[in-house]
Amino acid sequence: MARIDVNHVRHSYLPNPRTDADFALREVHHTFEDGGAYALLGPSGCGKTTLLNIISGLLHPSHGQLLFNGRDVTNLSTQERNIAQVFQFPVIYDTMTVYDNLAFPLRNRGVPEADVDRKVRETLEMIDLASWAKKKARGLTADQKQKISLGRGLVRSDVNAILFDEPLTVIDPHMKWVLRSQLKQLHRRFGYTMVYVTHDQTEALTFADQVVVMYDGGIVQIGTPAELFERPRHTFVGYFIGSPGMNVMPVAIDGKTATLGSQRIELPGAPKADSGAIELGIRPEYVRLGRDGMAVSISKVEDVGRHKVVRAKLEGRDIAAVIGEDETVPAEPKVRFDPAGINIYADSWRVEMGA
Amino acid sequence: MEKTWNNKAWFLVLPVLVLVAFSAVIPLMTVVNYSVQDTFGNNVFFWAGTEWFEELLSSSRFWEAMVRNLIFSFIILSIQVPLGIFIALNMPKKGWGVPVCLVLMALPLLIPWNVVGTIWQVFGRNDIGLLGYYVNALGIDYNYVQDPFDAWVTIIIMDVWHWTSLVVLLCYAGLVSIPDAFYQAAKIDGASRWAVFRYIQLPKMQRVLLIAVLLRFMDSFMIYTEPFVVTGGGPGNSTTFLSIDLVKTALGQFDLGPAAAMSLVYFLIILLLSWVFYTVMTNYDAER
Repeated sequence: MARIDVNHVRHSYLPNPRTDADFALREVHHTFEDGGAYALLGPSGCGKTTLLNIISGLLHPSHGQLLFNGRDVTNLSTQERNIAQVFQFPVIYDTMTVYDNLAFPLRNRGVPEADVDRKVRETLEMIDLASWAKKKARGLTADQKQKISLGRGLVRSDVNAILFDEPLTVIDPHMKWVLRSQLKQLHRRFGYTMVYVTHDQTEALTFADQVVVMYDGGIVQIGTPAELFERPRHTFVGYFIGSPGMNVMPVAIDGKTATLGSQRIELPGAPKADSGAIELGIRPEYVRLGRDGMAVSISKVEDVGRHKVVRAKLEGRDIAAVIGEDETVPAEPKVRFDPAGINIYADSWRVEMGA
Repeated sequence: MEKTWNNKAWFLVLPVLVLVAFSAVIPLMTVVNYSVQDTFGNNVFFWAGTEWFEELLSSSRFWEAMVRNLIFSFIILSIQVPLGIFIALNMPKKGWGVPVCLVLMALPLLIPWNVVGTIWQVFGRNDIGLLGYYVNALGIDYNYVQDPFDAWVTIIIMDVWHWTSLVVLLCYAGLVSIPDAFYQAAKIDGASRWAVFRYIQLPKMQRVLLIAVLLRFMDSFMIYTEPFVVTGGGPGNSTTFLSIDLVKTALGQFDLGPAAAMSLVYFLIILLLSWVFYTVMTNYDAER
């Protein structure tokens, strides 16, 4: 297992990148701690797979350095870096048995057959496929194949990290839960450094201790699921995480008060922002619907099961609020913002609030 | 729901039946008809029973041609299949090299067979042929008109030149369908170049290889035009294959009965061997 330092890494797929727009990865500078479970979360094309392939060595970064436990591995090949990677589509050697698939990475490295046998049997237990050892790998279901892909990484006990590139894309929904919790268990038991790329926030938030949110070739926020939810550093994180996403509205600030159209909103503190486009962000979970506050007109109420999502207009802007399953919308609906959930953004980046 | 019984469907398959009847069934039956009769011309036929078949199967000329054919097919397959795979593996997978290679590969396939024969017939001549002249100039005694070994070498090189592309193109099609993730996973698993070939590329090429082997076997077993143009079956009978022998019998000597019997036996051999190839390769697949 290893600590991975991504040192000012930039990458472009073009031979002569000039502007920032030419870079698929603008600049990433981050440390993946030894034994951590990280998720790289972001929309398609944000550079998360590029970053993953740079870590695994399938891509060589245009600029920057990569360190494993402090050792520079930027110019080492994938084999030499000794990492494991699970791809979006299951990769199995379908002419081999399940057992031989798992033995393959060890045999390629010239491990003595007795050790191979011991490691493969352990791994088969870990991924719960012991009774399938003698079966041909091609006859398995997608989730079993994906477990084999994972197993080929686990079988090498000395891997520096296990990387996942949207591994659950082709898995049936009910199996996604099972696989995800098995992954989580493996992580807890064996303490692998795991980096998991996904565009699915549920996957990222349930898998990872630390979620790295990427947007447009850069990292916008790194944090625990709770931090991402409560204090999104960038408005993008606000709408990308959460369902529905954060309400963001342009406001004018005066001390501890924000003005939205004709409405005045009390803030928990005075934002330290004096320039740029100021916006107020509040998650639908902190919008209180009741008989007092700012008047809204309701456009739609969506019942999503455990709670209801109310879509409304406030000062002509769309706003969403979450209310309990048993609550009803009052006749003359008004909203209040819970101060605990208010974040202020200047030019899309969050600003701290003073006392 | 009630099943609808409707015999109108037969009318829809009728055109195909008629087409197949005229293109395959009726000609085949004519051959069967000739093979059990004898004629001295004037459309007078006599019942001959299995006489032609007995004569054929006990003739050394037939068996010699057959052995030559089998040896030829064996040599052709054992050169073209590995060479085809090797070239396909080394062809570029992207960039401007792809269309260039594909066109170069397709060129020999586009040349009519008798032209291929003529090209090599001239190419190999030791008076005016580029190949023949320079090989002799290098001090190697090469003369495909007189030396059976040189005649074989010429025909085999010609066939390799003409048909390896087919194997290449089929294998290439199989190779480009392999997703990149397989190669990346193999790198991560530390697989050697050989292991990548053995466990990723070969399995993915297996189906197209089956087709390539079948096509190349059938074609090489039926080869006629090119050796006929180059050597005319000689020197002596050294490059007389079944098809050349068959044409000599049927059109040269106008022995319709023996020629028909030979056609049928030839047809059955190809059918049988193709079936054996197919069964072996698909069974091997199922077992694994």
